[in-house]
Amino acid sequence: MNTVKLTINGKQYEIEKGTFVLKACSDIGIDIPTMCHDERLVPSGSCRLCQVEVEGWGKLHTACTTQVKEGMVIHTHSEKVVKARQDLLDMLISNHPLDCLTCESAGACKLQDLCYEYGITEGTYRWEMSKPYYDDTNPFYTFDASKCILCGLCVRVCDELQGTNAIGFENRGFETLVATPFGEGLENSTCVSCGNCVSVCPVGALEPRSKMKFRQWEIETTRTTCSYCGVGCQMDLKTKNNRVVGVEPAFDAHNEGLLCVKGKFSYNFLSHPDRLTMPLVRKDGVLVETTWDEAYNVITSKMKQTKEDFGSDSFAGLTSARCTNEDNYMFQKMFRSTLGTNNVDHCARL
Amino acid sequence: MITKEKLFEIKEKTKPSLVEKLLEGDRVEFRGDDLVLKGEYYKKQVRIALKNCDIIDPTDIDEYIAFDGYFALLKALTEQEPGDVVAEITESLLRGRGGAGFPTGRKWNEAYKFDADKKYIICNADEGDPGAFMDRSILEKDPHSVLEGMAIGGYAIGSDQGYIYVRAEYPMAVKRLEIAIKQAKEYGLLGNNIFGTGFNFDIELRLGSGAFVCGEGTALMESIEGRRGMPRPKLYRTAHKGLWGKPTIINNVETLANVPAIMNKGAKWFRSIGTEESPGTKVFALVGKVENAGLVEVPMGMTLREIVFDIGGGAQDGKEYKAVQTGGPSGGCIPADLIDTPVDFESLGKIWSIMGSGGMVVMDENTCMVDIAKFFLDFSVDESCGKCVPCREGTKRMHEILDRITKGEGVEGDIERLENLSKTVSSTSLCGLGQTAPNPVITTIKYYRHEYEAHIKDKSCPAKSCKALIKYEITDDCIGCTRCAKVCPVVAITGKVKEKHLIDQAICIKCGACYDVCPVDAISII
Ligand SMILES: Cc1cc2nc3c(=O)[nH]c(=O)nc-3n(C[C@H](O)[C@H](O)[C@H](O)COP(=O)(O)O)c2cc1C
Ligand code: SF4
Ligand code: SF4
Ligand code: SF4
Ligand code: SF4
Ligand code: SF4
Ligand code: SF4
Ligand code: FES
Repeated sequence: MNTVKLTINGKQYEIEKGTFVLKACSDIGIDIPTMCHDERLVPSGSCRLCQVEVEGWGKLHTACTTQVKEGMVIHTHSEKVVKARQDLLDMLISNHPLDCLTCESAGACKLQDLCYEYGITEGTYRWEMSKPYYDDTNPFYTFDASKCILCGLCVRVCDELQGTNAIGFENRGFETLVATPFGEGLENSTCVSCGNCVSVCPVGALEPRSKMKFRQWEIETTRTTCSYCGVGCQMDLKTKNNRVVGVEPAFDAHNEGLLCVKGKFSYNFLSHPDRLTMPLVRKDGVLVETTWDEAYNVITSKMKQTKEDFGSDSFAGLTSARCTNEDNYMFQKMFRSTLGTNNVDHCARL
Repeated sequence: MITKEKLFEIKEKTKPSLVEKLLEGDRVEFRGDDLVLKGEYYKKQVRIALKNCDIIDPTDIDEYIAFDGYFALLKALTEQEPGDVVAEITESLLRGRGGAGFPTGRKWNEAYKFDADKKYIICNADEGDPGAFMDRSILEKDPHSVLEGMAIGGYAIGSDQGYIYVRAEYPMAVKRLEIAIKQAKEYGLLGNNIFGTGFNFDIELRLGSGAFVCGEGTALMESIEGRRGMPRPKLYRTAHKGLWGKPTIINNVETLANVPAIMNKGAKWFRSIGTEESPGTKVFALVGKVENAGLVEVPMGMTLREIVFDIGGGAQDGKEYKAVQTGGPSGGCIPADLIDTPVDFESLGKIWSIMGSGGMVVMDENTCMVDIAKFFLDFSVDESCGKCVPCREGTKRMHEILDRITKGEGVEGDIERLENLSKTVSSTSLCGLGQTAPNPVITTIKYYRHEYEAHIKDKSCPAKSCKALIKYEITDDCIGCTRCAKVCPVVAITGKVKEKHLIDQAICIKCGACYDVCPVDAISII
C-alpha cells in the first residue's frame, strides 16, 4: 500500500496516500467539526470550520479539501484553530435568529451543537441581518432563509446526486441566498420534492412539514425498507408515541442517503384510521376482521374451486411495480405453474 | 497559410513606410533600435508589454508584424521543441502579472509534463480592479501580442485550444480581439498547421458576466463551464485538472504580452531588466490624487518615489502627498515615509502590501485613512461571492465597524475588533478575495492608528474628510461677496452684501460647495 507517515496531535500515523485529512482524522477517532462536508459530494470548502493547523504551512487549511502528505504535522484543536472556529461560529450565529426554543431542528442542529461545543452565545455582531425570505410553496417542506447558513449542501445534492438542479445561489456577498431560478419559488421550479436537500440541511432552514409537533430528542428511530417500490431503499422511521413523524434516509445502505418524494414524505397514511391493519373476509355480506391463516385458507380454497369449475384460463393476475423483481417472479411462477395460465401481467407495461 | 518567407516579406514591406509615417507624426522617437513614445512622461518608462500601444494600428495585423510580431511564434514553432520554450520562459523568471506573481515557466512546466488528450490555455482578461486598465489597454491597442503569447504557450504545454475570458464591460477590447483573431486566422497564424509545422491552435472569446471574483482562476473556469462563478477549493492543481477536468494554464493578459518579447530577445535580456527575483517590467495604473494619472510601465524595483513623483508629478494641486495604495482594493496602504520602497513582489510584501494587478491609488492630505479603508472594503463586501463564511459575514462586519467609526459612532475596542476580524478573515477565507480583503484595514491601522483613535475617542477626523465629524464655518476674513450663499444648495448661509456671512449648522449638509467657491478662503473646516 502506498502510504505516508504523518503526525496528528502529537501521535504518529501511517495513512494511505490521497486520503483527505478530514477522513484520516475521523478514521482515527478525531472529531473535526464540519458544516458543508458530505462524503458523497465534491468538497466545496465553504464553511471553513474544518480548518486545521499544519506546521510550516502558514495560514490554516481545511481538512476536507487537503490531502495527507509525508511528514505533515497537524494540529486539529490547537489554540489558533479553536479561536478560528469560534470566530466563524460567532459570525454565523450573529446573522441567525436565536429561535432554538421553537425551532423544529433544535436537538438535531449542527449550528446549535457546535455553538454549544465552542462556547458561543448570542453572537458579537448582531447588527444588520440577512433579509428574511421564506418559501412555503412546496407541499412537503419549507425553506427559511434566515436560518440558512449557506453551506451549499442542498444545492450540491440537488445537482450532483439528485440531478435536478432546481436550486442555486442568487446574489452575492452578504445578500447571497439559496433560491430557485428567477425567484419564482419552489412550486414553480423544476423541484421534484424528493427531499434529498431537506435530509442534508445541517440546520433548520429546510424543514419537512410535519402534522405532529415533536422534539428531536423525543423520537425513536426504526430502520425499515421503503415499501413504495422494488428498489428497497433503507430508511429510518422517526416515531413519537408509536406514530411516524418523519423519515430519514439511511446512509449506510445502497440508497446512500437518498430517497424519493414518496419514501421521504408520504407516511401520514400509516396512522390513518381508514388504513387496513387486519385481513377482512366477507361473512353474510359483511366484511369482518379475521386472522391471516383464515384469510389464506379462504383464498386457496376459492382458487382450487374456481380452477376445478372454470379451468385455468379463468384466472388473470396483475402485479405491481412496487413489488421486488423476486416477488414478481414468484407471482408469475405461481400463475403459470400452479394455476396453469399465462394470463399474468404487470402494471408497468406501457 | 503564411510561410516564414511571407512573414519576412510583410515586415519588410510595411515597416519602412510605417516608421516614416510615425516619425512624421512627432509622437515617437528612437531609443536605440526601438520606437518609443516621446515626452517627459515616458522617459523613465521601459515598455515591453505596452511596447506597441499607441504606436501601431491595432486593427492592422501587418503593423504588428512590422515590429517583429509573430516572429517569436515562428521561432518557437520552427526552431524549438515545446520543452525548450518552457525552459526559456522558466529561465526568464517571468512572474504572473495577474496578482500572485507565480513563476510562469514553472506553471507551464506542470501542464507540459502532464499527459492528457486535451489541454487548455486561458487568458485572464477579466480585469476587475477598480481603477486598473492595463489589461484593457493591451487588448485594445495591441491584441496580437496576447494572441501570439497564447499560441506560444499553447505550443509549449501541448494545447490546441485557447480561451480569452474578457469582461463584457470592455466592448472595445472585445471588438479589437475579434478583429485580431479573424486576421490571424486569415493569415493562418491561428488555426490548423501553423507555419506548416503541424501545430494547431485556436482561440475563442468568452465574455465575463461582471463579477470581480470571476477573475479568480477557478471561478473563471466554473464560469466558462457555464456555472456560477465561485472559486473552487484547490483539490488539484489546475495545471493538472482545470477547465472541464483537463490540464489548464491560466495567465494574465500582461503576462502573455511579455512572452513574445522574451522569446524574441531571450531570457537573459529579460533578466537584465528589473530585479533579480522580479525581472522585467510592470505596468501600473497610476490614479487618484496624482498630477499625471495614466499607465506607466517601469522596470521592477523602481521606487515608489520615482513612480509617484518623477513620472506621476506628485500629488495634485500642490497638496501634500500622504500615501499610496498598491494592489487594488485588496492591497495595502503605504505611508509617505515608505516612499523609497522599491516596487517588486518581495519588497511590497514586506510592508504588508501587494503588487496585485498593478493598481496605484495616490492619496493626499485630505484623504481620511479610515474612510479610504472603508471605501476599499466596500468593494470587497460587494464583490464577495458569498460562498464562504469569513468573507461573506466577516467583511460585512468589518465594514459596519468602519462605517460607524467614520460617522463618529465608533466605540472603545473597535480597533481591536477590526484587527481580530482581519486576522480571521484573511487566514480562513477560501480564495484570494477574502484572504486579501482585510489588507487595507490592516495597513491603515498599522500606519495610521492615531487617525482611528481620533475618530473614536476625540470624534474628529484629522484629514477633515468625514462629514459627520466636521463643520464648515465662516471666519472674519469674509468680505461678504455672497458667492457662498448663492451656491449653497440648502440655503444655509445668510448675510448681507459686504458683511460677514454665517452658516446655520442645523441646515448645512456639509456639501463643501461654499468652501470651494469662496474667493478669499474665508471658510474653514473644523
Ligand atoms: C478575487 C480575485 C480576482 C482576480 N482577478 C484577476 C483578474 O481580473 N485578472 C487576472 O489576470 N488575474 C486575476 N486574479 C488572479 C488569478 O487568480 C490568477 O492568479 C492569474 O490569472 C494567473 O495568471 P498569472 O500567473 O499570469 O498572473 C484574481 C484573483 C482573485 C483571488
Ligand atoms: S436552526 Fe439550529 S441554531 Fe437555528 S434556531 Fe434552529 S436549532 Fe437553533
Ligand atoms: S426536493 Fe429534491 S429536487 Fe427539490 S430542491 Fe430538494 S433536492 Fe432538488
Ligand atoms: S438550506 Fe440548509 S443545506 Fe441549504 S445551504 Fe442553507 S443551511 Fe445549507
Ligand atoms: S473568499 Fe469571498 S470571494 Fe472567495 S470564495 Fe470565499 S466568499 Fe467567495
Ligand atoms: S457646506 Fe454646503 S450645505 Fe453647508 S453651508 Fe456650505 S454650501 Fe451650504
Ligand atoms: S464666499 Fe467667502 S467671502 Fe464671500 S460671502 Fe462667502 S464666506 Fe464671505
Ligand atoms: S467541512 Fe471543510 S470547509 Fe466545510
